[in-house]
Amino acid sequence: MVSVSGVCDDPVVRDQWHALVAVDEIGADVSTRLLGLPIGYGLGPDGSPRAWRADDGSLIPAKADYGYLWASIGDPPDEVFDVPETREPDRRILNTATLGLAVSAPRAVENFLDIAHFPYVHRGVLGNEPHTEVADYDVVDRDGEIWALGCRFHQPRAAAASTAEAEVEYQYRVPHPYCAMLYKSAPGHPGRLDAIGIFTHPLDDEHTRAHLFLCILDDENTDAAIRRFQQTILAQDMPILENQHPKRLPLDPRAETPVRCDKTAIAYRRWLSGLGVTYGVIPAGTG
Amino acid sequence: MAENAAESAASESGVSEADSEAGGGGAAADGAGDPGRRWHPIAAADDLVLRHVYHGKLLGRELAVWRADDGFVNVWENRCLHRGVRLSIGVNDGRELVCAYHGWRYANRTAGCTYIPAHPADAPARTICNRTFGAVERYGLIWSGEEPDGEVPEAPELTGDTLVLRSLPVNAGAELAIDWLAGYNPVSTALPGRRGEYATVQKYDDETVIVFFVQPVDSDRSVIRPVLAPAPPDAERIEVLRHHSAELEELRKALEEHAATLPPAEPMTPALEQVPVHLAEPPEPSARGRQARLRVQVARKWNTAADVAAFELESIAGQLPTFQPGAHIDVHLPGGLVRQYSLTNGPGQLDRYRIGVKLEPESRGGSEAMHHTVREGDVLAISEPRNNFPLRRNAERTILLAGGIGITPLLAMAQALRHSNLAFELHCFARSRDHLAFGETLERLGDSVTAHLGLSPADTAAAIARTLEGRSPSDRVYGCGPAPMLAAVRELAEAAGWPEETVHFEYFANPTEIDDSSSFEVSLARSALTLAVPAGRTVLEVLRDNGVDVASSCEQGACGTCSVGVIEGEPDHQDVYLNESEKQRGDRMMVCISRARGPRLILDL
Repeated sequence: MVSVSGVCDDPVVRDQWHALVAVDEIGADVSTRLLGLPIGYGLGPDGSPRAWRADDGSLIPAKADYGYLWASIGDPPDEVFDVPETREPDRRILNTATLGLAVSAPRAVENFLDIAHFPYVHRGVLGNEPHTEVADYDVVDRDGEIWALGCRFHQPRAAAASTAEAEVEYQYRVPHPYCAMLYKSAPGHPGRLDAIGIFTHPLDDEHTRAHLFLCILDDENTDAAIRRFQQTILAQDMPILENQHPKRLPLDPRAETPVRCDKTAIAYRRWLSGLGVTYGVIPAGTG
Repeated sequence: MAENAAESAASESGVSEADSEAGGGGAAADGAGDPGRRWHPIAAADDLVLRHVYHGKLLGRELAVWRADDGFVNVWENRCLHRGVRLSIGVNDGRELVCAYHGWRYANRTAGCTYIPAHPADAPARTICNRTFGAVERYGLIWSGEEPDGEVPEAPELTGDTLVLRSLPVNAGAELAIDWLAGYNPVSTALPGRRGEYATVQKYDDETVIVFFVQPVDSDRSVIRPVLAPAPPDAERIEVLRHHSAELEELRKALEEHAATLPPAEPMTPALEQVPVHLAEPPEPSARGRQARLRVQVARKWNTAADVAAFELESIAGQLPTFQPGAHIDVHLPGGLVRQYSLTNGPGQLDRYRIGVKLEPESRGGSEAMHHTVREGDVLAISEPRNNFPLRRNAERTILLAGGIGITPLLAMAQALRHSNLAFELHCFARSRDHLAFGETLERLGDSVTAHLGLSPADTAAAIARTLEGRSPSDRVYGCGPAPMLAAVRELAEAAGWPEETVHFEYFANPTEIDDSSSFEVSLARSALTLAVPAGRTVLEVLRDNGVDVASSCEQGACGTCSVGVIEGEPDHQDVYLNESEKQRGDRMMVCISRARGPRLILDL
């Protein structure tokens, strides 16, 4: 059993980049933890963001990407996973919400991949009874990432820019054990998809700061209106996430019972098992 | 004197005796015995407020405790089997507990999942059941345990009216709390309490006894649940509660101070049970079989007669398809059940489908689910309407003979005939007026309706015979009701000279005993396939296994949906849908149930 207070010794997770904070929210130095290790972050003398170990002050790998400061306590790859939409010039990019959650990062990511809870947790916004049915969709492996394609759901108000109920198409992408993206119909931009990401800062295996990243087509709404919408969504998920037991995501197939609409979650749990992730999860056979 | 009284109170106490049975007071004080095999208090009965879910904890395990409207106390693992969300944040709707995350519903008493909104058509096709624990209500407390042996501990001191004092959560283990409670007597230190295995009994003063039950929450946490007897007069009640609340608060402080000096105990880690193997994977969707393309919401449910529930079903997206009088729909129910119900709507009523469901005492689950599980607001998966009981509207007179709930298709027919100003008689046979369903619709049909109430079988036959008198050549009879009644109609009509093709029936079910022992081949003329049908399997199953889909509904030879043309060979008819001459012609068969007399059939498929 991984101790809640211990430092992560899972190399798969240690060697990832993790999103600590939105770069434009960095001010004075902040003390925090990453994967159980006390660290700090702030701006260096040249104004560039950086992160360090709290015990000896030595710098840890850090870089700014997609508006966030990413850091690692292991040996990370050169780049954070690619989000090609960020290169499209007509999109707005912003961090809309950062929320501390008393739950593991994989539980938060799995919730982000879930459609069936919309009419219950996001009632009147992302879903409404009696439109509760989740139609069948496809889950595929694309270059080692999980993709869920062709998800459709009836939504009262899919985005800040939505004006009416609509059947909304979703795609999901899991490029990182602790991060996921979703793509959904952009209101007013037929054929194009808004991109929304959950990037996480795992404080330890049962505590997470979740960032909601937006890369969307919306010329109408103010940043404040978009933030309010996304923060409402995340705040609605919070009491659910914090009432999940156990807090770490169980990977054993017999820990919890799935139904067909949980295909993405099933693939995600298997994928984490296949990568050998042990931190923030309860590996199969150890529950 | 006082001391003696205290001793005698203690020696009478079954709570104390329980500890000697368990191997002596010393052993119990050391925590001997498996606490998982004992009953423990987990809540005050008053904590289970109407429609509330109480969050409890016992021996490190979280519990969702809730009282249903029928009074039953449910003690469940506080965890939805789907995604581990605490059920204590769900909704107690009086009969079911609804999970806050995905709206899954779990039944009172069994904790079985009755509804998964994400899959209204087919889920839960499997039995998904939460872990439950026993519950006993005694001394104003709720008792439970992991796997308790025997009974809730006897406390003979608690006779007559008792008063449950304020419960007191303490940061100390249960054993330690029980020890300390022996010293609780702020009035007289000369009255030491007597420590039992489960509790401490205090002769508080000459009149009053308090039994302190202690709930082991975790290794370092417990809840003291004191019960006082006899209950004080109402006027003094608040004062007594306040007094003990304050005194126990003092005890709590001292106890917690002491507990904080002890080495911390390892928290209890009760094991979460694994879900059964068949629940570890979602079921495969069935590509073929009975389809349920429509999604409707139960807009209204009401009792329309004794044991008959009526439902109005509203489309959740788009217009409901057209139906004809006599048509039925398949309703797909939790547990994978599929049932047929006739539409009772009048012509042009396409805002809602209306059906009536009789609660069958011998229900195989269908009518029971419709009566007890399905509620207003639920989404149901249904098939398009199918009509295998068509109404010919070229008769000078139409006689509709309804037995009990057999009224449903005939009600649709009667309204259509009335609307077209065609002559008809609707004869309703029922046990009593209370058993006549859809009375308000019958009333609107006025004089065309005759109710025959409480008749014996012989009187029923006589009444039917009278309705069949004076036939003109174009007249038609439609009968729907229990099999014995339909048999009587068939016989009487024949005797009265009605040609077979003028008398139409719809059966609730096929009463025939099915013989599926033959084995034979079916050749499909259009698909150029030859398939072997072994004993024990139906033609329909074999067709579907080989990718040939045939619409079906009741799958017991009553409804007529799976009728297939026969080009060659002699069918072994086992259905009740075809009449005798149709069966003799042998050019159609119900593939759900009928078989071949010879070695081979050629079907028009």
